[in-house]
Formats: sequence, structure tokens, C-alpha cells
Amino acid sequence: MKNIKHHPDTSTLMSYAAGGLTEPLGAVVAAHLDLCRHCMDELHIMELIGSTLLERIDPTPVSEHAKTDCSSHHHRRAGTAHPEHPSSKQHSVLHKIIGGRLDDIQWKRLGYGLWHHPIALSPNCKGDLRLLKVAPGLAMPAHSHGGAELTQIIHGRYTDEFGSYSPGDLSDLGDDVEHRPVSDPIEGCICLIASDRRARFKDLLPRLLQPLTGF
Amino acid sequence: MVSAQSGTGSHPRHAPAKANIIPMAHLLQRVAEDRDKQAFAELFENFAPRIKAYMIRQGADPTTAEELAQETLLTVWRKAALYSETKGSATTWIFTIARNLRIDRLRREVPWQALPEGHHEEAADDPAPDEAVSERERRERVHAVLAELPADQHEVVILSFIDGLSHSEIAEHLDIPLGTVKSRMRLAYQKIRESVEDLR
Ligand SMILES: [Zn+2]
Repeated sequence: MKNIKHHPDTSTLMSYAAGGLTEPLGAVVAAHLDLCRHCMDELHIMELIGSTLLERIDPTPVSEHAKTDCSSHHHRRAGTAHPEHPSSKQHSVLHKIIGGRLDDIQWKRLGYGLWHHPIALSPNCKGDLRLLKVAPGLAMPAHSHGGAELTQIIHGRYTDEFGSYSPGDLSDLGDDVEHRPVSDPIEGCICLIASDRRARFKDLLPRLLQPLTGF
Repeated sequence: MVSAQSGTGSHPRHAPAKANIIPMAHLLQRVAEDRDKQAFAELFENFAPRIKAYMIRQGADPTTAEELAQETLLTVWRKAALYSETKGSATTWIFTIARNLRIDRLRREVPWQALPEGHHEEAADDPAPDEAVSERERRERVHAVLAELPADQHEVVILSFIDGLSHSEIAEHLDIPLGTVKSRMRLAYQKIRESVEDLR
């Protein structure tokens, strides 16, 4: 996808390349990489770090039976399982993450022009991953995120102090950076939001809604 | 399974890099095209002990580490046809498989295979004829840059890529602000990127 203006921070991509991002943050970066050739190229250089280190790591001997086990395993399987071959275009990463098509999402209404769709994480994973749908022209009050948070724009647009975010763009705001996003007046905005903390969204929501509800 | 204790922060002991005597990519190609068991045995010989060591550094116990090494090589056997020499380095491809299996194991079967295995499909369109050579050259340069990095940058790279710590775990482990970890990562990457710029 061309015209992507906002990318993950270099340190975020580095952590992804090393396999160190939490599941929700990793999912949002993967959704971005699926569309962004630029970041994919950077990622490949970063993965060279991993392979260079792997190549030179002090080896730990593997037991003899692991070897024979491994070769007999693929002998056994060779007859039945066909090796995998490149298939034609598979589903997008986003499709895999949300487990279907965006059009089929059952949105839950939060009120005040906001809908969401939480996405289940693996049992051992912390954090929060969800789709958020924002009505056209909705102005959020200024807030910071107080922790790692990544937002990938799926549809529509929003604008804040740092620019305008369109589909494919990823917002990787630092920990305590405040912003005041306003959704597109016509299309609104759908985004995939990940946070490192489970309670993040619940904490943030009342503060976002407060000025709108007046309590 | 990932424990912070394994991160000593010391420089890795460098094993001789004999990985390139027989280009791994050729072995992989023989596995892909001919289902060549001898080639697979050689790949196993070279990679399984390294992947086992990697998994132990990542915090796996030796039994799990060996299992994951086996699993990685079986995945290589199964998916060898998906690898193409024109797309990049065999070693990098195998690294991404090992890394992803380790993530899967920690998460207990993720519902999606989000991490791409080091390839972009469009890359096959215009394969440069000397791609495999430049790939090895790139790794050699990366190695040279890594060896020359200031100790504080080298340390965070190793803690992240080999010891499997997240950036906030590294900050905690070294008792430095998270922002410092991130800026060291950026500085380290900048040098690595510059070193391979002309080979892109
Ligand atoms: Zn990007």
C-alpha cells in the first residue's frame, strides 16, 4: 500500500523482530507490515540481527534420539502429509486477527458515537486488543496513554496534533504523549487498537466520555 | 518460560561460524526440490544445536528447548518449498521459524500466525542474480557492526534478540528508563542499517 505516512517506531519494530512484543501489540504491527513494504524491508534487516546471532551462538548438543526421532518423523509423515507449497493470495493479516471480514463484525455500542469489538487473546497473554469504531466528526478530549499503545487505521480517518491518519497508517505514540484525535467528518474512523495493559481501555473510556456525558 | 535471570548482559561467546561452508540455502533447496534426506540431516546437524541453545537462552528448559529445536527443523522440512533462495537468507528464514515457534509455545497456540516468516511475496518478481551472495555479505557486515557496537547498545540487542526480554523487562533488568532502552535500540539499528545500505 502506497501513501502510508505513519509507521511504528524503530524500537517497536526491533522488538517485533526479536519476538519481544506482547500479543496485542504484535498483532497491530503485523497488520501494518501486511500493508507496508517500507516497514517490511526494515524488518528484514532487523531479522538479520537475529540470524547473525543465531549463527554464532554457542551450540548445545542435541541428543541422539532427537535426531533419529526427527528423521523418522518426517519419514512417517512423508507418505501422508504433502509438503506445503506456496498458495495463491491468502487472507489478510487483519482478516486472521479479527477472524473474519470487517463487514461481518458484530459491533457493541458504547454510546456517544463509539462502538467496539474486543478480540480474544491467547490464554497466557496480557494486554488488550480491540476494534474501535468512531462516528463521523467525533472529537475526543485530550488524553495520553500511559503505556505502550498502537493504533492501526483500518477505515476512514482521524486527525490529531501529529497529523492525519488514513488506512494503513499506524500511530505509535510514546508513553505520555497527549493527543486530541478528531474523526473524519464524513467517514468517521475504524481502527485496531492494542495496549499492553488489560485495564487500559476500561480506565480510559470514562475519561474519554466524561466531557461528553458531563459527569 | 522466559526468565529475566538468563540475561547476563554479557557479550555472547562466539562460536566459530562454520555455517557457511556449505551454503545453507543449497541444502534447503535440495530439501525443497528433492526431499533430500541427507541435506536435511546436514541442516539438522548445523541448526538444531544452535536453536536448542537459543531456546535455552530464551528461558526454555533443556527438554523444551530440544523439542522446539526439533519442531523448528520439522517445520523447515515441511515448508522448504515455501522458501526460495531469491527471497533471502536461509538462516534468517530458519531464525524466524524458531522465533515464531517460541512465541507460539509461550502463548499456547495463537489463533493467528501473525508473524510473517521473513518473506514478502512480491519479492519474487525481480530476483537479483547475486541475491544469495549479497545476503551472506549482509550478515557478515551485520556481524561486524554488532561486534563494534558500544557495550551498552550491544547489551540491549543481545537481551532482546537472544535472551527474549521485552524492552520494559530490559529497562527493569538494567535499572534504566524505558526511553533509554529504546534509544539504544534505535542507535544500534541505525548503524546496522547503514552498513547494509548499499546492498539493498
Ligand atoms: Zn510502515
